[in-house]
Amino acid sequence: MKNDGFFKLAVIVGVISWMAIFAFVPNVLVFLASFSSTSSANFIEPGFSLNNYARLMDTTHLDILLSSLRLSGLVTVICLVTAYPFAAILARTRKPLRNTLLLLVVIPFWTNSLVRTYAMTAMLNSSGIVNNVLLFLGVIDSPLAMMYTPGAVVLGLVYTLLPFMILPLYAALERLDRRYLEAARDLGASPWRAFWKVVVPLTMPGIVSGCMLVFLPGIGMFYVSDVLGGAKAMLLGNFIRDQFLTTRDWPLGAAASVTLTVLMGLMLLLYWKSAARLGRKEA
Amino acid sequence: MSFSSRSCIETMPISGKLSLTQHSIFSKKKGLLGSVAMSAPRLNYLSGGVMTDSVAQSQALPVVQLRNVAKSYDGQHALTDVSLDVQRGEFLTILGPSGCGKTTILRLVAGFESATAGVISIDGKIVTELPPERRNVNTVFQSYALFPHMNVFDNVAFGLRMKKRPAAEIAIEVRETLRLVQLEGFEARMVGKLSGGQQQRVAIARAIINRPLVLLLDEPLSALDYRLRKQMQLDLKHLQRKLGITFVLVTHDQEEAFSMSDRVVVMNNGHIEQIGTPVSVYEEPRNLYVARFVGEINIINAEVVELGEGRARVRAQGLDVFMRTSHAFHPGEKVHILLRPEDLRVETLKDLAEDPELEDVFSRDRSLVGTVEETIYKGATYDVVVRLDAGGIVTATEFFNEDDETVYFKASDRVAVSWVEGWEVVLPYEK
Repeated sequence: MKNDGFFKLAVIVGVISWMAIFAFVPNVLVFLASFSSTSSANFIEPGFSLNNYARLMDTTHLDILLSSLRLSGLVTVICLVTAYPFAAILARTRKPLRNTLLLLVVIPFWTNSLVRTYAMTAMLNSSGIVNNVLLFLGVIDSPLAMMYTPGAVVLGLVYTLLPFMILPLYAALERLDRRYLEAARDLGASPWRAFWKVVVPLTMPGIVSGCMLVFLPGIGMFYVSDVLGGAKAMLLGNFIRDQFLTTRDWPLGAAASVTLTVLMGLMLLLYWKSAARLGRKEA
Repeated sequence: MSFSSRSCIETMPISGKLSLTQHSIFSKKKGLLGSVAMSAPRLNYLSGGVMTDSVAQSQALPVVQLRNVAKSYDGQHALTDVSLDVQRGEFLTILGPSGCGKTTILRLVAGFESATAGVISIDGKIVTELPPERRNVNTVFQSYALFPHMNVFDNVAFGLRMKKRPAAEIAIEVRETLRLVQLEGFEARMVGKLSGGQQQRVAIARAIINRPLVLLLDEPLSALDYRLRKQMQLDLKHLQRKLGITFVLVTHDQEEAFSMSDRVVVMNNGHIEQIGTPVSVYEEPRNLYVARFVGEINIINAEVVELGEGRARVRAQGLDVFMRTSHAFHPGEKVHILLRPEDLRVETLKDLAEDPELEDVFSRDRSLVGTVEETIYKGATYDVVVRLDAGGIVTATEFFNEDDETVYFKASDRVAVSWVEGWEVVLPYEK
């Protein structure tokens, strides 16, 4: 009993201090840095100004932000639309086959996603597999320029992030009691209406967490944009990385980081608010 | 009453066995000795006149018809060759142990499963290929399956909304239906916040608001505690009479089946063993399985000696006894004699010897002699377990005397066990 208590304490203290040192403190530092200024001598001159945030409101920066949100939104929609049917089928498949399919979803995680992104270039470049196959089949006459386009970035992001959509959706759909669906059909709902009135609302937690897990990383995954999209900074992640590593404007990068974090926080808040309002309306 | 119900039953499509069992009920008069036998199922019969009336009204067309229906899952037979007519307005219960296929029948009628073979029709139309939303039946699920993301109102309104009825109309109907199940004022509650009994009633309201031809109830009371279950059994029966909707209930609880239904379908291992009124199923079980499944039963092995008009002389326990039977046995055939514990009468040999009057009313010529093994107190009654001299054990249920609340019999008492001719059921020998 006593040992048990010690173990519990050790785990809790361990996790809390880990989070404090590697998550909370760095975030506080970034937050503080976003109000500082920079000079040729130091990356960061302590102080308080909102200058960095004002600089972010500049149209070029806003464009990056908006295009980044758009791109990530598109990726999220594509992931949701492709993952939902797959997860639904997965949830209904019988045990041995289902485990195999789940394994196939998880296998890509075993390889570093940067390596996998480079592997995508072998598929997409002008002498890549896709072009070769299309040329061989006579579908095209000359190689398509697929690399270094927004399309390639979207494809790369979808490829990397799809499992993060599938897994929470699968969990939600697998837990969904089939009797709810039967009850809806029994009460006169067509399969389509039963899906919208019963299945979607009941799997909403899975849909939301899947979208969060895809949309939020999608904004920041700068290396996918780097490798497949070329030098153009298409994601907010690229912009932030550039401020820290290339332009060496740490305060601006920090301000962009904080903005992104606040944006994500606002979105979560919005979801909770709307969910709560929905609940109140019904309650 | 007996005359009218008899005549109507003769015009029913399945009259064969049913009229036979009905006749024997009426012919089977129970006098003073039968006081114990006037327990729940029989009382229910007295109040169950509704069934015969409603059947008489609609003898034309069964509301649900199953013809040679079979269902198998991956080569495993769940149902084999089931034929069943559900009459309009009746309360039919499908009774059987778990895994006997009773829920499968319900799911086939509801349209959640499709039959491997056979034809199902509802209201005269073949529905074998129709999806659930296009069948005019509704289901009350075992675990209710209320939509957890909706409140009581939205759950109950679901069916009408699917029919695209105007909102104002829906509001009125929901309120009325909730009043019917005594849940007025619960509209805004989320279903997860309700008690089991309340959820049960929401489930019933959600189904009956659609005015289905048939309400299918899949063990709807099994999750409730004993007291609530008893109450809901009564409520359901009253509701069924009030609405006039045909109810098909599935249960493994014999008492529930008997106290609620007009007719009972006893199932075993994917097929129907017997269909009949609770009384006929209880009093005239068609085979040992049915006899054992519905209530306690004593089974005595015997051999037919000779046959007469509706009667047979049978040798049991070294005793030649006359019995009533309509089976066509042949002399020398082995048979089972079935006797309900409450149909047996026990007297001590001492009392019989001392009291000549008692000996007159006691059917001496069919009494089996034995020794009391033990007595089991049951509250209103007690069981006397008797080991017969000729081998075998029988259990007899006795009432307490009005003026004496003590168990009359003691272990090792020498007793005689008897019954009135005609109360026994004689069945062909089964292994």
